[in-house]
Formats: sequence, structure tokens, C-alpha cells
Amino acid sequence: MSRPPNEPDVSRPPVTADVAPPQVQNKRLKDRAAELRAYTMLFALVAIWLYFHYSTGGVFLSARNFSNLMLQTAVTGVLAVGMLMVIVAGQIDLSVGSMVGLTGGISAVVLTWLGWGLVPSLAAAILIGLMIGALQGALVAYANIPAFIVTLGGLLAWRGVILGISKGQTIPISQQLYRSIGQCFVAPYAGWVLAGLAVALVAWLALARNRARARYGLETSSAASLTLMIVIPSAAILVFVYVLNSYAGVPIPVMILLVVALAGWFITQNTTFGRYLYAIGGNPDAARLSGISLRKHILSVFCLMGALAGVASIIYTARVASASPDAGNLLELDAIAACVIGGTSLMGGRGTVYGACLGALIMASLDNGMSLKSVEPYVQSIIKGAVLVAAVGFDMLGRRRS
Amino acid sequence: MLLEMRDITKSFPGVRALDGVTFDLGEGEIHALVGENGAGKSTLMKTLGGVYPFPQYGGEIRINGETQQFRGVRDAESAGIAVVFQELSLVKDLNVGENIFLGREPRRFGVVRWDELYRRAKELLDDLHLPIDPRTPVRNLGIGQQQLVEIAKALSHRARILVLDEPTAALTETEVETLVRILSELRGRGIGMIYISHKLEEVFRLSQRVTVLRDGRTVGTYPTQELTQARVISLMVGREVSDIFPKPEHTLGEPVFEARNVTVEDPNVPGKLLVDNVTFNVKRGEILGIAGLMGAGRSELLTAIFGAHTGKVSGQLFIEGERVRITSPAEAIEHGIGYVTEDRKRYGLVLEQTILNNMTLASLPKVSGRFVTDRDAEAAVGVRSAADLRIKARNVFTIAGTLSGGNQQKVVLAKWLLTKPRVLFLDEPTRGIDIGAKQEIYAQINRLAKEGLAIVLVSSELPEVLGLSDRVLVLHEGRAMGEFTRTEATPEAVMSCATGHAQQKERSH
Repeated sequence: MSRPPNEPDVSRPPVTADVAPPQVQNKRLKDRAAELRAYTMLFALVAIWLYFHYSTGGVFLSARNFSNLMLQTAVTGVLAVGMLMVIVAGQIDLSVGSMVGLTGGISAVVLTWLGWGLVPSLAAAILIGLMIGALQGALVAYANIPAFIVTLGGLLAWRGVILGISKGQTIPISQQLYRSIGQCFVAPYAGWVLAGLAVALVAWLALARNRARARYGLETSSAASLTLMIVIPSAAILVFVYVLNSYAGVPIPVMILLVVALAGWFITQNTTFGRYLYAIGGNPDAARLSGISLRKHILSVFCLMGALAGVASIIYTARVASASPDAGNLLELDAIAACVIGGTSLMGGRGTVYGACLGALIMASLDNGMSLKSVEPYVQSIIKGAVLVAAVGFDMLGRRRS
Repeated sequence: MLLEMRDITKSFPGVRALDGVTFDLGEGEIHALVGENGAGKSTLMKTLGGVYPFPQYGGEIRINGETQQFRGVRDAESAGIAVVFQELSLVKDLNVGENIFLGREPRRFGVVRWDELYRRAKELLDDLHLPIDPRTPVRNLGIGQQQLVEIAKALSHRARILVLDEPTAALTETEVETLVRILSELRGRGIGMIYISHKLEEVFRLSQRVTVLRDGRTVGTYPTQELTQARVISLMVGREVSDIFPKPEHTLGEPVFEARNVTVEDPNVPGKLLVDNVTFNVKRGEILGIAGLMGAGRSELLTAIFGAHTGKVSGQLFIEGERVRITSPAEAIEHGIGYVTEDRKRYGLVLEQTILNNMTLASLPKVSGRFVTDRDAEAAVGVRSAADLRIKARNVFTIAGTLSGGNQQKVVLAKWLLTKPRVLFLDEPTRGIDIGAKQEIYAQINRLAKEGLAIVLVSSELPEVLGLSDRVLVLHEGRAMGEFTRTEATPEAVMSCATGHAQQKERSH
């Protein structure tokens, strides 16, 4: 659904009648390379899937396992969407794993120990996440302490806080409604209704877009490419829902991830806020001199990350039906790895929500596939590490050559 | 000949920086290299110094008759070449001795012999009659003393050829005297020196020969005593100023912008003034040029007015007669000030982003929507603006970093025009772009003035300031030294004013 910001989504009106000078023509190749990079990871994912599918005798892509795989992606995916925006703005958040532990723990305390009910429990997780994000963001943006340091401090401190609050105990979640957030499925017929709505939305967006382009005198897409623009995503949506429905329906966590990813895509691609994040990460001096408030935007992006850590903690807590004080340990690294595998530059200014989600899916696929094949945990760890470094190395190689 | 450089060519993407330059240097000679900014002086010296290694340039470099092919700075150093660049290369956190022997510390069994190091550093400094303790942290030295330490460092390499790039730009009078004394002493020892400077007085005082570069070509090499300053200037400029600069009549209106008593403090050195009590105004349809040497405070003046200076700023600003307060670039933009900053790659563009995203960066809420962007409306605006400014690219979704310098500069210009400014600051708008692109930018500037925009132009290229401006304000060490009308503003008068001679204006009357 989303697309990299550099890739023109609009067909190409010539800017002037001038013949392109040689360096502009070289550029054309560079553009191609950038487009190819966006698909490389998709090919890698397909390759990983096919490999596991055949080497597990068809178990990997079975409806049941696919559903599982999507569930496993949900928590990392939600965090990766937030992390993507943080990294695009040239920052980093190392505290998200500890934040997941803390906000999930508080959520469980509110529900189980205090007995305040579902809504206060969920609100507490998200609000505490938001407040932590605001505190860390303020320290970065206003006190000029590097994000790496602030959030490294957060990684240690928030873990300490939840250990203190929970006195080291695992807090059970017995309320069925809360658990259902992590464990239930959207009923198949509802899944089909949502899929139908999604397809209608895709079609409407494509057509509205084309009309707008005509209105502004820009080049419009041909009927054939317009059809493709509608048919390909629609087919993907329908296959996705069909496979999940043939098991038990779309898992609720996956629905949450889809909503978060869609919102993240919209924010990064279609809002001034998103555009400013890319500018701030790409060239803070130029952004500042263009009248953009660096502080406000950096503070906001940390708040958003904090709130999303709260959302992720709810999914996580609901799924395992308890909050243990070491929940979410090392999740920050999974989220960062997902972004990086998806082509995000740690220097800031480059990356997409689409890539980050794809990265999260690749990480989850490796976990899931290797577990199915009963690969020893230590080998799994080594392979994941190698994949991360290889993905970035490959990316750098492509970049240098172009 | 100590050094011969023959037919040196060097190209950058989109620009031919050097085109068959020939240059030589004898023993014990000071050979001045002069030319406008962008004429190729620094590029030539970087080629000599091994910064651009051998196959990256064309032509031949010979030292004492032997052809040299430097693979890097180290090779050039061991061939006896030392370059003291304009931007100093000392490590501020180390002391003088450590800097002089950086990477070549005297050692025994891998352990640095500090006593030996400081003893040899002291010898070198004494040799130049510099009263500097080698244990002084470089941070504590003034810029002039740092320059002299650089020279000591160069000599510690037993350099036979010493390149000095604008060595006096930041020096005080007494420091200049020390430098002059040292240079004549080095001449006596047979060291050949290449002296790059904009200060023609010094060129005439020190050098035996002068080579003039223009647009990457050698104009000629002349014995200094056969030249006059006026002759050098005309050789540098090479063409009547009016040839490249169309002189349309601008109809001047009411003052649009006025700055009174602007004073700007150095954020790093409290109490040091970068701009000292400068007042100016600019009218509708007028181009006000601001001339001055490096460090005269031109960019700092504009940056401070724009609300982007990090240090202390005082003064009053008026837009169309009304007092305004500006504390951030966002407020400046809101009041109708646009600022095409110097160094487009560093301050102007997000290089990884598209032309379109760069163009609309400063005006996004206006052209595209307050919170949610309307990408098609935006693209429509961008396409129009790219056509207006004749930006050469496949389309507006091309990545800005891949454009040539001239087109990048046009993108920055477009960005500021989209904010619909009433007054536009242009800081070095044509630095590092080739002559054709320059002329296009000049045409745009003139068109904008004709349409009634008030323009403030800062440029190190004197012909540019003189050719475009209706009025020229000259800064020297942060102070307004004089103001010239178009007819009064001759290169000689403005240059002499910029070097600190206020009386020149009276003479020109």
C-alpha cells in the first residue's frame, strides 16, 4: 500500500522541453536502482517463504502457520512503525523494549490489582507510554542530550521501575475481554466485509487521485495502469483475508498492526508532519532554515513512539495473558532491525513504513520458520544477526554501485 | 624550475574547474596566484597537494624536472609540497607540538619521546622567531598564531614548496607583518611559495610574479613590477562588467525592509562582535549588494535578521515601515523574508529528497495543506515553478542531490519564491556553478527585481555584486564601511573600502 517517498507515484510530466543533460540521464539509472531496492526485500521475503515452505513439507505456508506468523509479526510491527518515524527524524529509541515491559505491567496492575476495568487499563498503558515518550523527547529536543543516551538511560530505568512496581512478580490477566485482544480473531464474514471495504477504498483512492491530477493539469494514468493499480492491491487483500479466514479469521493483533501501519503510512506520506520528519532527518540545518521547528517535531515523534509502545504492550500482554517484569526485553533491537532491513537509514531522512513492516515480517518469518525446523536457538540467533548485517551490506553495495 | 604544472585539467560533474592551466615556480620565489572566486585557484592547489590524486586530473606536474604522480597527500608531502589551506587543519584539542608532529611523532620502541618532540617543536618555532610555547593548546591561540603554527608544521616536513591559501584573510595587522617577515626569510632559504590572496596590496608587496586565472584557464603570468592593481583586476574580471550583466532599469519603490543598528555577537566567543551596528534598507524592485571580504560579517548579518543566529542579536527590523520582531526562521518567513542561504548542500537542500519536496519545504502549509498534504496540488505548483526557473531535470520527482549545482541552486531559489517573500536575501547564489548557469541565475534575479521584489545580495564575487546591484553596502570587520550607488561602485573603490579604507568614497566623488 505504501511506497517509498522517493519513488514517483505520479507519472512523469517533462519539466522543461530541454533535452536532459548527461548527468540527468545517469540519474535515470539511479532511479531504477532505488526502485529495485524497494522490491529486493520483497523478493527476499518470498524466497524465505518458499524455502521454509518446501523444507517443512508445506507446513510453513499452511493457513494455521500463516496466521501464527502474522500474530508473531504484530508486536514488532507496531514498534517498527513508531521506530521508523523516530529513525527517519534522525533519532533513535532504545527504550521501547523496557517501555513495553513497563506499560504492559502497569496495564496489568490497573486491571488485576486495582480492578479498575478494561478501559482504564488500556488507557493507562497508552498514556504512560505517551508520557515517557514526552519526557524522553523533551530531554532530547530541549535539553540537547543525544537520543542514544536518553533512551539508553530509559532502557535501564523503565525496566527498573516495572521491577519495583511488580515486586518482580508476573501479574496474570484473567479478564477474558482483555485476553481477546491478543487471542481472538475477526469473524470470517466480518473479515470479508472489511476486505470488501478495503478494496472499495483502494479503487476510490486511485480514481479520486486520477481526477485530481486531471484537474491540476498533470499527466493522468492510462486506463490499463489504473486497472493494475486497483487490481494488484485488491488481489493481495483478498488472498490475505482468504488464507487467514480458512484458518480462523484475521487475528485481532494483526488488525491492530494493519491499522497502525496504515496510519503510519498516512502520516509519513500525506501529512506536513511526516514530510518534516524526513527533512529534519535528511538535513536538520536546511529544515531549520526553512522555518521548521526541530524541537516540536522531535518531541512529537518520541510521544508517538511512546504511545505505540503502549499499544504493542497491550497486544503482548493480552497474547500471553500475563505481564512479566521482563516482558519486551530486547524488543527495541527487533524494531530497529526491522527498520534497517526494510531500507531505513540510521542516519535519518530515508525509510518507509512499508519497508519497516516488511522488515518485521522478514524477522518474524525467520523466527517462525527456524522454530518449525527445530533449529537450535543459538543457531537462530546467529542467523538473524547475519541476515541483519547482510541486508544492510547488500543495500550499501547497491547504493555504491549506483 | 622547482615546479612546473602543465596543461592541468580537472572536471567535476557539470563543471570544468581547470582547463589547461600552466603554472611554474622557481627557487626562492613568491609567485602569486590570483583570480575571482571559482576561477580555479583552490582546485589547482588541491591538485598540486595530492588532494585530487593522479588519474583524477589531466596534465603533468614536475618537480625539479621530474614528473610526479601523487597518489595522495602523503606523496605530495614527501615530494616537498606543503599546503596551508584556508580552513585550518590543526586539531584544536591538541597542543602546538603535538599538532606539528601529528602522525610523525619521534618514537623509540613505539613509545613517543615527548621531550624530543617538544625540543624539536621549540627549534622550529624559534627558527621562525615565534614566541609560542609548544605545549600551548591550539585552542588557546588566536587564528593568526594558528596560521603561523601551520607554517611551522609545513616546514617540519622539510617542504621546498609552500602553498599559502589566503593566509592573511583572518590576520591582524601585526600578524600580517610577522607573516611577511617569515616569508621573506623563507625566500632566502630557497623555498618557493605560491601565494593565493584577494588582497592585491600584499600580492604586490610580496610576490615576484603573478599568474591570473579566470574560469579555470590561465590568463597569463607576469612579472609583478610590470603590473598595476587596476591591470590585475581587469585581467581577473576579463570582460567589461556590463557584458555579462544585463543592466535593466529597475524602478525603485518605497523601502520594503529596513534593519537598524543590527549587532551580532559570536556565539562561541562572548563579547566578540561579528556584526557591529549595521543599518540598511532595501526598496521595492531594488537589488542591494553587500560586499566585503571573508569574515566581514555579511552572512552573519543576514542569518541574524532571519532569526537563525545562535548567539546574541540586537537591533530593530521594519517591514513596510512597521516594526517586527523575529526570533525564528518561521517568523521571518511569516513576515515575508526569504533567505537563499549560502552553501546549498549544507543549508539549502535535503539532498536525498525530490526536487518537489525541497521546493515546497518552506511553504508546505500554504501550497499543500495545513496538516494533510495535497500531493497533486503540490506537484502542480512545483511543475509550474520548475518551468518558470527553467530547472533542467527529468521531472520534479528527481532526487535533488543528483542535479548539477546550477539546477540545485534554482531549486533553492524556487523554494523561497514559493513562500511569496516581500524581501529576498541571496547569499552567494552562484558559488560553484558554471558560467552559463550563473547567467541564468542573474537573469532570474533581475526578473524578480523587475517584478518588484526587494533583493539583498551577498557575494564574494565582486563583479557579480557590482554588475547586479543598484546600491552596494560594504562591510569590513562587521562594520558598515561605505555605501555606493551603481555609478560610484567601481571595483577599485569597493575593494579598497572592503579592505578597510573608508576614505576611498570621497576620492571617487
